Amino acid sequence: MIERKRILEMVCEAVDEMNETLPHAERLEKSEAAPLFGRDGRLDSLGLVNLVVAVEEKVRDAFSTEVSLTDERAMSHRNSPFRSLGAMTDYILHAMESSYAQAA
Amino acid sequence: MLKPPDKPVIVITGTRKGIGKYLAQYYLEKGFIVAGCSREPAEQESDRYRHFCLDVCDEPKVKRMFGELRKAFGRLDALINNAGIASMNHFLLTPQKTVQRIFNTNVLGTFLFCQEAAKLMKKNRYGRIVNFSTVATPLKLEGEAIYASSKAAVNSLTQVLAKEVASFGITVNAVGPTPIPTDLIRGVPEGKIKSLLAQQAIGRFAEMRDVANVTDFFISPASSFITGQVVYLGGVAA
Repeated sequence: MIERKRILEMVCEAVDEMNETLPHAERLEKSEAAPLFGRDGRLDSLGLVNLVVAVEEKVRDAFSTEVSLTDERAMSHRNSPFRSLGAMTDYILHAMESSYAQAA
Repeated sequence: MLKPPDKPVIVITGTRKGIGKYLAQYYLEKGFIVAGCSREPAEQESDRYRHFCLDVCDEPKVKRMFGELRKAFGRLDALINNAGIASMNHFLLTPQKTVQRIFNTNVLGTFLFCQEAAKLMKKNRYGRIVNFSTVATPLKLEGEAIYASSKAAVNSLTQVLAKEVASFGITVNAVGPTPIPTDLIRGVPEGKIKSLLAQQAIGRFAEMRDVANVTDFFISPASSFITGQVVYLGGVAA
């Protein structure tokens, strides 16, 4: 059973690392609902690349599993899984559960 | 926290034979830590060489390779995407499976290695990627429609990626060798090779060291302002 809380912690760790490199005014808010990417989002496409790569790496290290957050489903979602930290967390959780279900 | 090694780390694909084997040995002698790969096992007499048995278009295995490199070294300075296959045939006689095989290795393989390498390189905001093109592309060689078009795709990939990763301190360039006496051209008729060499400004076979000369230039830390370039050997113009 993968805990949502654990995934959210990893996403927040990645945000902390990103924030260290950003000027104060551009730092990301660590709230589940705050807009992340897209309309009203703080991240530009390069920022999203940095965050996605950092989160994929943390998931790989913590769970020894590959999760690709940029598959076709993610990119074609009507509601982008990258619109907020909460949506991103749910998307990772769903991707991992699907991956485990397929492997079982 | 992992302490990155003092020596630069380079990934070279297709190191079991030919140019890849030569380049692996060449960069080991220059003091690099070399990670190589090929479908079959390969040996290099150095404790700074690490081999991965994989097909370059097998995404899960490529991801695992880079995951291991990240854990072992925490840095990647350069990638040389040497692995490639060719097939010489009239396009009317070229089976679809051959087309898929060539595009998988030459284009998809190059793409996957660039993607994973760039993720690792961007951590240190430094990286040098060298892809492999060919003079068959600018010379529009008959009988090499698929090989030449796969390398045209590599050229475009090189030039677009150069823009997309520039802000991470990563450069992406390509070298286009003329024929070198390796397995890749073993099946090509002598007449074809002679006519190809005649189209070069300098009409001789390339040597491995000619290729290494260009890769040296591209991966040099001093080449930070050189990106998106395709350099053809022998005076072949783009």
